[in-house]
Parts: sequence; C-alpha cells; structure tokens
Amino acid sequence: MIRPILIQGGRVIDPSRGTDGVADVYLIDGKVAAVGSNIVGEEGTLVIPAAGKVVAPGLIDLHVHLREPGQEDQETVATGAMAAAAGGFTAVCAMPNTDPVVDNQGTVGFIVSQAQRAAKARVYPIGAISLGQRGEKLAEFGELVGAGAVAVSDDGKPVMSSHLMRTALEYARTFGIPVADHCEDLALAEGGAMHEGIVATRLGLKGIPAAAEEIMVARDIILAELTGGHVHLCHMSTRGSVELIRRAKERGIRVTAEATPHHFTLTHEACEGYNTNAKMNPPLREDADREAIRQALRDGTLDVIASDHAPHHYDAKEREFDDAPNGILGLETALGLAISELVETGLMSLSDLLLRMSTQPARIFNLPGGSLGVGAPADVLVFDPKARWTVDPSRFHSKSRNTPFGGRSLTGRAEVTIVRGRVVYQAWGD
Amino acid sequence: MLDTSCVRSLHGVNVTASLGKDLVGLEHLSADQIRLILDTAEPFKEVSERPIKKVPALRGKTIVNLFFEASTRTRISFEFAEKRLSADTVNVAASGSSVSKGETLVDTARNLEAMRIDMVVIRHHASGSAEFLGKRIRSNVINAGDGKHEHPTQALLDLLTLRDKFGKIEGLKVAICGDILHSRVARSNIWGLTKLGAQVGVCGPASLMPRGIDELEVTRLPRIEDAIQWADALNILRLQLERMTAGFIPSLREYNRVFGVTTERLSKVSRNLVIMHPGPMNRGVEIDSDVADGPHSVILPQVTNGVAVRMAVLYLLAGGSPDWQHSGGAE
Repeated sequence: MIRPILIQGGRVIDPSRGTDGVADVYLIDGKVAAVGSNIVGEEGTLVIPAAGKVVAPGLIDLHVHLREPGQEDQETVATGAMAAAAGGFTAVCAMPNTDPVVDNQGTVGFIVSQAQRAAKARVYPIGAISLGQRGEKLAEFGELVGAGAVAVSDDGKPVMSSHLMRTALEYARTFGIPVADHCEDLALAEGGAMHEGIVATRLGLKGIPAAAEEIMVARDIILAELTGGHVHLCHMSTRGSVELIRRAKERGIRVTAEATPHHFTLTHEACEGYNTNAKMNPPLREDADREAIRQALRDGTLDVIASDHAPHHYDAKEREFDDAPNGILGLETALGLAISELVETGLMSLSDLLLRMSTQPARIFNLPGGSLGVGAPADVLVFDPKARWTVDPSRFHSKSRNTPFGGRSLTGRAEVTIVRGRVVYQAWGD
Repeated sequence: MLDTSCVRSLHGVNVTASLGKDLVGLEHLSADQIRLILDTAEPFKEVSERPIKKVPALRGKTIVNLFFEASTRTRISFEFAEKRLSADTVNVAASGSSVSKGETLVDTARNLEAMRIDMVVIRHHASGSAEFLGKRIRSNVINAGDGKHEHPTQALLDLLTLRDKFGKIEGLKVAICGDILHSRVARSNIWGLTKLGAQVGVCGPASLMPRGIDELEVTRLPRIEDAIQWADALNILRLQLERMTAGFIPSLREYNRVFGVTTERLSKVSRNLVIMHPGPMNRGVEIDSDVADGPHSVILPQVTNGVAVRMAVLYLLAGGSPDWQHSGGAE
C-alpha cells in the first residue's frame, strides 16, 4: 500500500491534454486519481504544498548512458537513476553501449533488475541494433523487447552499412519499436575532435564537418521512406540536419529527432583553451546551428530534448584534448538549461517545453507517462520555474563530474520527483 | 661584449612579466611582446660566434627537454641555447621513459617538477599539450611544437631571419606554401607575421587548406605561380609523406609538378624571392635542390637564428617571478 499524495495548489501543466492552470493533483496506488480544485485527501495522505510551483508529468529522457555493466567507476544504474530523479526525470532510456553490449535478453534483464533495486527514476533499456554494436549482424530484437527493451540503437557508433540499417528498420516494425541512429559518416569524421571550423583551425584540432552528420541523416530519411519504419535521429547538431528533417516531415516520413541541451546552449567556442568538458560527439557547432536547433525545437521539427548524459571519470577528461573521451553529464542540468535558454528567452512556453521533455518522449518510444490524465502513472515532477541556482558539480548525484556548466547560473529546478506514486527526490533534503 | 646585465638594461623593466609564464604560441602575444623577443635575440646572436660560446645568464637553472615526438633540429637548437646560457639540461624522450609505460602527460610533468626543475621545453603530438602542461605545473613551459597547433620559436626565428634580410617585417608579403592544414609552423607564422604588419598569403592544394582560414586575414593563393607573383618571400613547408597515404594528395610526383618551387617557376618573375624552409626538406618534392641551395635561400641562416631566438625566449621567461596560479583539482 503506497501512501496517497496530494499536491496542492500548484500550476498544473499537462501538455498531453493541453491544460495549464492552478489545481490539486491527487495520486493513489501509483496512478493519478484526480486533478481538480479543493481535493481532500484520505487519512494519512502526504500533502505537498505547491503554490508558486509547477506540477507536470515527470520528464522523460530518451537518451542516457548509465555505464553499467562495465564502467561502474563512471556511473551505475542506481546513481544514474538518482541523478535523473534529482534532475526531474521520472524515466530514462539507457543506451546499450556498455561492456558487455546490451545485445541480448540477459543483459536487458540485468538492467531492468538493477533499476528495480534502485527504485528511483524508471530505467528503460535500449537494445543494440547489431551484435556487439559491430554493425554486422542484427541483434535478436524480439528477445530484447521481450526482456524490456523499448527501442534499438547502436548509439556511440553509427550504423554505417545502409543494408543493415534498412533491415533493422524493416525488422523493427514487427515489434513496433523505433530504430535510433547516431548519425555520423565515419570516413568523414575520422580522427576529428571537434567541429570543423575556425576554432578547430586555430586550435590545430582535426574537425568533424557538418556533412558527416547530414549525409547519414539524409540516408536514414531515405531508408525510413523505403521501409516505412520509424527512424529516431539522436542528438541533432547542424542546421543542415534540421532542414532535412523538416522536409522529410512535410512528406510524411516516419522520422523523429532529438536535440541536447548542450547543442542548444553552447557553440564550438566552448572548446577554447582545449576544454575537454566541451568535447562531445556530435561536436558543438556554430552559432547558426545552435539557432536552427532552437527554432526547430520551437516549431516541432525536433520532437524532443534528450540529455545524452555521458559520464566519464575525472582522469579521462584530465588530458590532451585529442585523447579525451566524448560526452558530458546532462541529467542534472537539462531542466535548468532548457528553462534558461528556451523559456526565459521567450522562445517557447513552459507547456511547449514540457511537451518536448515529457509528453513527446513518451509518445515517440511508446512509454507510460507524459500525462497527468486520470489513470496515468503517478510519475510527477514539481519544480520551481523561477528558482535561481548555480551549477556545482561536486553536489551532483551522478558518479561523474564532467560538465562544462560548472559555475553557470540557471533558472528552474526540480523540487519533488515522484515515480510510481512514491517520492524519489526532494530538493530540501539535498 | 655582452653580459646579462647589458641585455636587461637594453629593455629596462621587468621583462618577464611582459611575456607571462609560458610561451605556448604567438596567437596570444602582442606585437610588442614579439618585438621584445626579436630584439632580445639580437645580442645573443653574437654569443654563438665566440670561441667560448657561453654566458652565465641561466646558471643554476634546470631545464627539461621533454620530447614526445622525434625531433633533431629543434631539440638540438634548444639544447645549444640552454647550454650557451649555462643552464643544466636533461633530455627526456618518450620512448624508453615512463611515458611508454602508460604514464599520463600530467603525471610525467608533475614528477619532473617534484625534482625541482625551472623550465620544461615540450614537443608533443597533441595540439594544446603545452598549454595543458603550463596550466598544471609551476615551471615555465615552452612549446617546441604541439600537434597542429603552434611552433612559436620556429615562427620567431623565421621573423628574425626576415627582419635580417629586409630590415623590417611591416609591409612584407610572405607566402606560406604547402600543407597548411596540418602545419603548426604555418599557424605560428600567420599570427607572428600579421601582428607585425606583414601580409600573409597561403598557397597549397585545397585539400590541405583548413576551414575558416580566410577569417585569419590571409590572402589565398590557389597556385604556386600566384604565390611567386605575389610574394617577397616564400616559406615552403615540408610535405609529410603520410599526407599522400591519407589521401590528401595523389602523389609526391604530382605535388612537385603542381606545387614544387623550382628555378623555372622563380625565373618567371624579375624580383629575387627570399626562400625559407623550416626543414627537414624533401628535396625534389616541395622544393628543388637548386632553389634550396641557391643564392636567395636563407634556410641555413634560419637555423643559426633559431639558437639566438631560443636563447632570448629562455632568458626572458627565466628572468623573473612567474605569475603562476595553481589550477588544481577537478572542478
């Protein structure tokens, strides 16, 4: 028996129903029982006063790396799920590039059971497209889905073989799951450490041209059209990619796509001084790319915001830029960056932002949540959209500290995160 | 007759403060700082002409030459510069040291520093490695070439050689020819020359030209004939053989036919172009032998000036208290 929760007097924003207004939200037995005014909870109800706060369906992140199994010094399912809860996420989808790779039902089952033990944010495994992510032979999608996988991806690596990608898109239709691709032409990107442009030229670093991403975006769109499969394009970084997706959607092709907070916040200039915490793949691009990503999030060309949370050990980033690994943490800064960069700037409403961070992610990967309708899962986020705070990596719940946002002042922060009707995070205990 | 007090009085005040702790590149130096180095190099030229090639300027200083990449000319030039200033020097090569056992760059440097050294001269295959090191140790760091980033002392010796030849840098037209994309010499020269008021042209195959180069105030010279027409001096870069295997150019033979600096091509203009090359040369590829050995080549004076320029840099950096800040731990 879970103690009922009554969230009182908050501004309830539910993009799934297009509602935005002050109300109480009542949660019983892991489900939304009622949304309305002057709700009185039964005896023993936990009352959370939320005046001045926003109450919304919990955030859902379609793209994180939790490093377990294999690199538990960087992150585990438990620490990642805790970091997610602290960032306002009630569910995350874990990419399969672990060691071993999540290309079999046993490993999927292991992640599911680790997530149950952690009992923080929900963790949905994403299975590999190919065995060992080697890009050769299809993994057993049926068994992956049977064990709990919600999508397939070889993320971290692109699917270079167009034949394999075609087959994956066709075969995935059987199970109704999307194929998520990391778009990168490896021959064009080889040896690259950052975006190809003036900053790379000055720093003497090998660049990754925008074309390396766009060529694969174009190919994936063509293959989605050919197969009728659902292709989901990870972490889009260039204005050219945005334009390709916009045209594909106009033609009704089943393509969805995500953008990360760092790609709508930073540019390649963040790499100055050989800052390895600004090294990621795809790389930070130019101002015009950042602007195109923002506009695409506003108009829906890009469907969702995903963090690409990528923990790395301190030592791995404390070295020469060429040799440092790609990626930064995302879960604990995503909401603050999104509110600061997209809402405070007047680009979009809070409701539109929550659509991109909760409702749309749930729809695209066919996950529970993303709604506060009666009967929806009691996965709820209470956040203060005006709270000013400064990013302090030493206080992160993640095991790692690799962020370029340390010391940055952000607006908007999670206060209470509820998963399956239980409070898994509250800011004042932090 | 030169002694160190003479150099100091030549430039008056605390010279070190005006150069900073490290020399990682010319991009972040001012024109005045570059001129200070060149002016300081002038009296040091004479030291190498003496029967006893030594001044006591760096007596008691310990310097580590940390070379992660093969180098003959630069390493020996630094070593002579250090010895002629009476410093105690140790050479560390990457192979056969703890580096080959997997030690990280920062650990290697901190261990050296724990032996109380004063300066590190570093050559490394990774761009940014000199800056990385400089932020993490309190010794002065001098960049002897980091990846494709900068090779500041090479550009300084090029500037000194041009100044010797023309009397001034301002207004000169200097064409840098060859593999600009992979060249740290090109980057340092572009910064140094433009800061001192020269015009810089870049010439080479488009496949070896970096993106965004036009934003660096340089003139694009698509063909070597254009460079010869345009320039007062050519700085001809070494074409590294691996560029061919990596597919940037089809063959060395074709490179010579299209971009090689030959007597025949030089004879098309009435002026005498000054010919520079940072070495080591691929004779018959980027430069023909009769050009390299011809009357307008300053390739060997460049090498001679290299010692003086490096003495100047060592001297200026060693001269005062570094404004060192410990960058410390993680975040």
